[in-house]
Amino acid sequence: MVTSNQAPTLSAESQAQIDRELAKYPADQRRSALMSALRIAQVEHRWLSNELIAVVADYVGVPPIAAMEVATFYNMFDRAPVGRHKITVCTNLPCALSGGYKAADYLKQKLGIGFNETTADGKFTLKEGECMGACGYAPVLLVNNHSMCNHMTPDAIDKKLAELE
Amino acid sequence: MLEIEIDGKKLTVPTGSTVMDAANSIGVHIPHFCYHKKLSIAANCRMCLVQVEKAPKPLPACATPVTDGMKVYTHSDMAVKAQKGVMEFLLINHPLDCPICDQGGECQLQDLAVGYGQSGSRYEEEKRVVANKNLGPLISTDMTRCIHCSRCVRFTEEIAGYQELGMPGRGEHTEVMSFIGKTVNSEISGNVIDLCPVGALTSKPFRYSARTWELSRRKSVGAHDGLGANLVVQVKNNQVMRVLPLENEAINECWLSDRDRFSYEALNSAARLTQPMVKDGGQWKVVGWQEALELVATKLKGITASHGADSVAAIASPNSTLEELYLLRKSLAGLDIRNLEARTRLGDVRFETKAAGWLGQSIVDLAASESLLLIGSTLRKEQPLLAQRLRQSVKKGLKLALINPHDDELLCAVAGKLVVRPDQLVEGVLAVLKAAADITGKAVPADIDLAGVEVSTEARALAELIVAGEKKSLVLGNIALQHERAAELHAAAAALAEIAGATLGLLRDGANSVGADIVGFATNKDLITANKKAYVLLHSELADLKQGAKAAFEGAEFVVAMTSFADEARDYADVLLPVSPFSETSGTFVNMEGKPQSFNGVVRPLGETRPAWKVLRVLGNILGLNGFDYDSSEAVRGDVLNGDIAKVLDNTPAKAVAVKAQATAGLVRLAEVPLYETDALVRRAPSLQATVDAESAAQLRANAATLASFGLVAGGNACVQQGGASVTLAVAEDAGLPDQVVRVPFGRATLALGSGAIEVIKA
Ligand code: SF4
Ligand code: FES
Ligand code: FES
Repeated sequence: MVTSNQAPTLSAESQAQIDRELAKYPADQRRSALMSALRIAQVEHRWLSNELIAVVADYVGVPPIAAMEVATFYNMFDRAPVGRHKITVCTNLPCALSGGYKAADYLKQKLGIGFNETTADGKFTLKEGECMGACGYAPVLLVNNHSMCNHMTPDAIDKKLAELE
Repeated sequence: MLEIEIDGKKLTVPTGSTVMDAANSIGVHIPHFCYHKKLSIAANCRMCLVQVEKAPKPLPACATPVTDGMKVYTHSDMAVKAQKGVMEFLLINHPLDCPICDQGGECQLQDLAVGYGQSGSRYEEEKRVVANKNLGPLISTDMTRCIHCSRCVRFTEEIAGYQELGMPGRGEHTEVMSFIGKTVNSEISGNVIDLCPVGALTSKPFRYSARTWELSRRKSVGAHDGLGANLVVQVKNNQVMRVLPLENEAINECWLSDRDRFSYEALNSAARLTQPMVKDGGQWKVVGWQEALELVATKLKGITASHGADSVAAIASPNSTLEELYLLRKSLAGLDIRNLEARTRLGDVRFETKAAGWLGQSIVDLAASESLLLIGSTLRKEQPLLAQRLRQSVKKGLKLALINPHDDELLCAVAGKLVVRPDQLVEGVLAVLKAAADITGKAVPADIDLAGVEVSTEARALAELIVAGEKKSLVLGNIALQHERAAELHAAAAALAEIAGATLGLLRDGANSVGADIVGFATNKDLITANKKAYVLLHSELADLKQGAKAAFEGAEFVVAMTSFADEARDYADVLLPVSPFSETSGTFVNMEGKPQSFNGVVRPLGETRPAWKVLRVLGNILGLNGFDYDSSEAVRGDVLNGDIAKVLDNTPAKAVAVKAQATAGLVRLAEVPLYETDALVRRAPSLQATVDAESAAQLRANAATLASFGLVAGGNACVQQGGASVTLAVAEDAGLPDQVVRVPFGRATLALGSGAIEVIKA
């Protein structure tokens, strides 16, 4: 990922989406929209750099450290560049008991990377995730924060990876 | 009211109290870390767990509201077991490095660990380590020691008004920090040092210089602004090592501004003058006190005899004590010298109050106003703790409105504002006055000509705000009082206050400005441009005075500087008399609310330095004057403050001044005294001088359009010409300024500049 000295900007579309989120909260509690605003910014820029966090904070109208607190609390926010597809494997207890680590190990071996690493071609990043509320369908993984995949046996993983461009 | 029983003691408390409040009210101590009476409740340390009857588990006292009939046990087995458990958890990741920790001996964790900790730890695994952060020149960090009470975070957000610190991360990865690469720049940031219950945040200037038990604690009073914050000065080996707040709810509460907290560094500066010196044939010579004072007496006598008493002037810093000023006045009066001035930055000789100018009410009353109109003030920098108090008032409903030549953040909600060019401040007030007269149907005084005054919607909104309600205040700040049309501002503001039924107040800049007025250190003459034959200076320096002071002093036949520092006055003085700064003398400051606060010297005077009141007592005797046999500063004070002080306070304009709107155009300068340029001590405090605020003292600021019109870019340099002199300054953008306004501070960096037309070119 190229980093430039120029402060990142939010596209008009992102701004419109953030505005919609801001409208959900009282005018003196704009801070409430931070989580959504950071999510929107991340969708646009793929990850949250310090500069981008500051831009989001500025847009929402809160001190940058307040946005930093939110951005570092939730692990679906990426604080470093990620590949085109981010695969997050749940390794919390229920999943761990039902093959979560096996799925993770299979992915590691298949992609040749460890957790928090990106393949050399920049296609995949592997992450370890927290409970996704789908323990009954373990092993569970999440692709790009948005699509959840259940029962991720090695076959299912192969199939999924083949689908991802 | 609710009834509650704590450890068997029955009491009643107001509805809404917490168990902690109730316990505090009867002196029962519940161990705690995150709880602080001035901060919101976080309840995240869990140290305050207590047993409550019928509750199945211990509850945090700081966050549990009292219910009627509640029975609380703070030291029962259940409570103590819970408290010990919390302590064990807190110590798991604490480095336990007390021997090398600056907080050792004054650490709440250390103290409570003695009561609730075990003698050994069951935890044998690796402890977490947290990288330190650079929070600037004032606050030192050892973040591994942090127990995540979040007091510092809540302080920046709630008290200082802007969240500069936060707690990014989650769980054991949580770290207290500022935003990447930023320092903590609040003007009251040092309070987080006091708030931090452990040694995570400590004072950078004080670091490793003394242990708390080696220090003696002495009371004093803040010497840099009109608030008069109460201080505990901590002393070791006759040296001031540190300054902390002394709680006084009516003045500084439990806080201290960074200026009052860190200015002490200058007291131990190498630039201190330690011996009387006289200039002899262009050479400085150390002399004894007697010889120096005899020379002063002879010279002053000689000059008054040959050129008249009017050829001598005395200029004192408004941070001089009441006693010093009174004896200076009294000794000079013996030679019939009446040119006395302590309002060193006054911009308008017509400005005159009927008696001493003051806040017009107490600080507590001001903060309890329903609405407050602040005219011409950068309040956060002028009176940092007053800005803090008003910020809290705003949260409770105070409507704070402003007429200012800038749009600086007060870091609180503002009910209305009018931003005008600095040379249109009078017109701004007139517009509000006109609207107020219109709304109330009341007449304005005849000297105020409202012809041609246009009422903008903002001005009308301010007028509506200030005429409504019961308890209203109208306050003039430094920008107004140092304005070249201060007298007109004063008259217009007084008329507005009259019409609105508001209390008129003046925010005085010096620690003893009100006292100086009471003593009579106010001459409605410009003593600098008058080029007197002799000057007597008391604690005042060039950076306290206007352009031309240096030339006036160099041109004078005789200048005696009563000062604590040798590095400046030697350029222009003929006699240097080492007099005590506030820490080395007893004395009195009358604060902005007219409250005299006396203090004692906290350390012995350095070298041959003597308290100025004693020096002046001797001078009086050498001059052969009567009434100079005071044996204490209290006796001097008794001579000045005899009777009801309220009788010598009055903000009413002394004379009618014609006020008329004037049209202005072109480039104009907004000149203010920056936060850390206020006086001789502050200017010599290295840590304060390393702050972001100090940096801005050498900057030219303007809005983007104005910068562009001169081809200036933020980060570049500009050459500023005014009054026949020029200086080069760094350029920064300030979006809150009106067009064609350059904010060029008044301080050492711009000392050469005069007043009048200003020119800016790219450098
Ligand atoms: S640095 Fe000190 S005040 Fe701030 S959270 Fe940590 S322990 Fe509390
Ligand atoms: S533990 Fe994996 S989804 Fe709940
Ligand atoms: S003091 Fe009550 S939880 Fe910290």
